[in-house]
Amino acid sequence: MKNKKIKRISGRWKFLGIVLFLYIVFFFVDQQLTMKAIELFEQTFMRVARILVVVFVVIFFVNLLVKPEGIKKHLGEDSGFRGWVYTMLGSIFISGPPYVMFPFLGELKKHGARLSLLVIFLNNRNVQPVFLPVMIFYFGTPFTIIISVYILIFSSINGFVIEKILK
Amino acid sequence: MKEALIKTLTTLRSSLPMILGVLLLISLLGSVFEGGYSKVFTGNYFLDPLLGALLGSISFGIPVTSYVAGGELLKEGVSLLAVTAFVLAWTTVGIAMLPIEAEVFGRKFAFLRNGLNFVSAILIAILTVTTLRILGFVV
Repeated sequence: MKNKKIKRISGRWKFLGIVLFLYIVFFFVDQQLTMKAIELFEQTFMRVARILVVVFVVIFFVNLLVKPEGIKKHLGEDSGFRGWVYTMLGSIFISGPPYVMFPFLGELKKHGARLSLLVIFLNNRNVQPVFLPVMIFYFGTPFTIIISVYILIFSSINGFVIEKILK
Repeated sequence: MKEALIKTLTTLRSSLPMILGVLLLISLLGSVFEGGYSKVFTGNYFLDPLLGALLGSISFGIPVTSYVAGGELLKEGVSLLAVTAFVLAWTTVGIAMLPIEAEVFGRKFAFLRNGLNFVSAILIAILTVTTLRILGFVV
């Protein structure tokens, strides 16, 4: 598991390295175009950096206040509507990349959590309050509200369908 | 406190190279294909979200990276339909994560969830843009 994690992190650095290599290649092909791209990157990065600072401060407070273990006991087979509410809240407030969430949710599955609730947990990652300011910044408030409602509806539908098929 | 700080720094460390890489790539592509995106993404109600979802499915990272990438692509002239499907598929369909997901939850679960999410990304993109159009928020 640890090896896989390291492999994935290095994959991200490899991606950055490949893009930087592309810049070097383009620099020798078309210097003017490359300088224009760097200028564009500089402007975009400055705009994005400010909002990212806010995002990571909020992520810190969410990590500090919300503990995944707290909702474990509410997601069992007989959890019903209560389980659904806890899953919705958990999936919205607990942030983390999939490779971090998979082991946590895998453990929930072993403890008897419903499949539909695991699907909801994995699918609601776009509705997390920590990331919503960035979505509003780029796409506006009406878009953010409408897409969030559809995501929540579809995550429940998909959870229900998967549970029905696999049961 | 220390645990929360470490968790946050781990997220920051793992997402930073991806964010920088995506921004650098978009800036480069934006300069190369200046105005060219609008020729590929014409606003077609099926093809645009399909292309967006395909692109999002092979990408991965925290949602915020997809918003930054999607927002910048939108500015470059990519349609809202494609960008919406791209953002959704980015976080809910993970081809790169499929082996781990299959290992933890089983192959059937992983393939079914990712397949359904791919279709859902297209449907939600169409529904979101249609709703925004009906309400008069986009032309």
